[in-house]
Amino acid sequence: MTALTGASTRRRTGYAFRPSASLAIVCLLAALAGTAVIALTVGAAGIPLARLPAALGLWSDAVPAPTLARDQLVVWSIRIPRIAAAAMIGALLAASGAIMQGLFRNPLADPALVGVSSGGAFAAAAAIVITDSRIGASLHFMQNQLLPVAAFAGSLATTVILYSIASRSGRTSIAIFLLAGLAIAAIANAGIGLLVFIADDRQLRDITFWLLGSLSGATWPKLTALAPVLGIALAACFSIARGLDVLVLGEAEAFHSGVDVERLKRISIVLVSAMTGVAVSVCGVVGFVGIVVPHLLRLVIGPAHRLLLPASMLFGAVLMTGADTLARTIVAPAEMPIGILTAAIGAPFFLGMLLRQRGLVSL
Amino acid sequence: MVVGGATLVDGIDLQIKAGEMVAIVGPNGAGKSTLLRMLSGDLRPTRGEVRLKQRDIRLYPPRQLAFHRAMLSQHVNVTFPFTVEEIVHMGAGDAGRTTAQPLVDAALSEVDLSHFGQRQLPTLSGGEQQRAHFARVLVQLACGEAQHGPGLLLLDEPTSSLDMRHQIDLVETAKRRAQNGTAVIAVLHDLNLAMRFADRIVLLHRGRLAVDGGRSEAITAETIRRIFEVDVTIDYTDQGVPFLLPQTMRPAASP
Repeated sequence: MTALTGASTRRRTGYAFRPSASLAIVCLLAALAGTAVIALTVGAAGIPLARLPAALGLWSDAVPAPTLARDQLVVWSIRIPRIAAAAMIGALLAASGAIMQGLFRNPLADPALVGVSSGGAFAAAAAIVITDSRIGASLHFMQNQLLPVAAFAGSLATTVILYSIASRSGRTSIAIFLLAGLAIAAIANAGIGLLVFIADDRQLRDITFWLLGSLSGATWPKLTALAPVLGIALAACFSIARGLDVLVLGEAEAFHSGVDVERLKRISIVLVSAMTGVAVSVCGVVGFVGIVVPHLLRLVIGPAHRLLLPASMLFGAVLMTGADTLARTIVAPAEMPIGILTAAIGAPFFLGMLLRQRGLVSL
Repeated sequence: MVVGGATLVDGIDLQIKAGEMVAIVGPNGAGKSTLLRMLSGDLRPTRGEVRLKQRDIRLYPPRQLAFHRAMLSQHVNVTFPFTVEEIVHMGAGDAGRTTAQPLVDAALSEVDLSHFGQRQLPTLSGGEQQRAHFARVLVQLACGEAQHGPGLLLLDEPTSSLDMRHQIDLVETAKRRAQNGTAVIAVLHDLNLAMRFADRIVLLHRGRLAVDGGRSEAITAETIRRIFEVDVTIDYTDQGVPFLLPQTMRPAASP
């Protein structure tokens, strides 16, 4: 009896080796704010921390007017939209990775790795070529609105195909999933290659940026596509969190526990596709954010999706903002495509995970 | 029930009352698990129907169904590092932490895992994981019964990776639920456990109902020889509990 009492008091103090949800969120918010401030100050046109409040329009003492005007222009029309885009894209990619991993019960799933991003990029590139050609010229004026929709459709088609291949009678084979994803990515990339082949010079320049991934095109209008999707995704995260937790037990067990599995799968597939698609339509294919972020977070805060999904959004935002700042400063005044940077960091990380979880991938 | 052209289970007519503990036994491939999955609403019978509390089981939405029946599957593989307590909490559905916590604590101590609450499930042994999932199912059952009265507990080979003591613990726990009004249906391989605890034994053979009755009618040396192709001796303990001792294979199979 004494032993039992001891155990229950220890349990009441919560998860001994996991920080509380609010602590985790506060830390991540602080990290995001810190990264954003750094991202605001560094770059081709450096703005020292002392001049930042003035440039943001908070208070302006002792900053000469011409410098102030230049700073304000840089901050408001270049840096802030770019940081906002990086943060939102990071949030979307990381959370879509986390949802995909829950859906496939597989910590190795990543939208870019298994071709969902490529599917979206192919559809977006096709939209560029079509709206630029004579047949689709009438649609050219709405290219900005059309790209996210096309990318979403492409990602959705890819995810649905992938799911139907990898999942049979409620069981998902991890090896088949990764291999099928590889094949689908190859098909989408072949499609992109074909578009590059038939594209003229101007289209080619537009398409190339998808192949590498870059945030240099981030402007205020593009944020209008990202923000609503992020808002919907954040709201949806809480409604699917419990379902994704229980789905870890398996589809039949989730059904036994009262989860409407078919509905959960449909919502998750649409969410993953929308989040990946809209991110791809703004910055191209950026890999590994969706795999690195949820994995690191699970080690610290545990796998429960109610916290994991919003935390992934915040941490993804931190990572992407940091990576983009690095991408535009390390080879300044030129810019490194951010896709190259995330792949250089993410791919070895993925290999490490693969080695540690070898048993998981057995055929 | 027809799957891929093969008839797995056919012509089974069963009625199970609240408070009854039924053991489903039979050789490998007799259709025990298939029958259980049909009873859970997971598989839909090609012909015929399953009724739960006088209502066709297909008419229950998944959430409603979970209030009335809980099921422990044979193999549950968890790839993410959930703690035992988080897994057991999943049984409570959307019930708040304050209502769920006492149920979770009670279930954990009932399966003898009180000190394992904070351990990560994938690091436990197979038997410990099975007990954790049993605790989860007990919490689900308790949550449902608190709102909707006695429910149905389905167990698919719940003792397959347990040691002797925990096998008996588990079956006794299920038996206690039956005594409180829950209808319990368990697929069991150990005929001794089945005879010791079940009120009624359903013996399946090649997808059909072979025997359905009390332990002394269902399990006889003759039935076992016919269906399992093993010679057995059935004897009684001093308390009058039957037990079964396998002797040899049927003469045809021995040298």
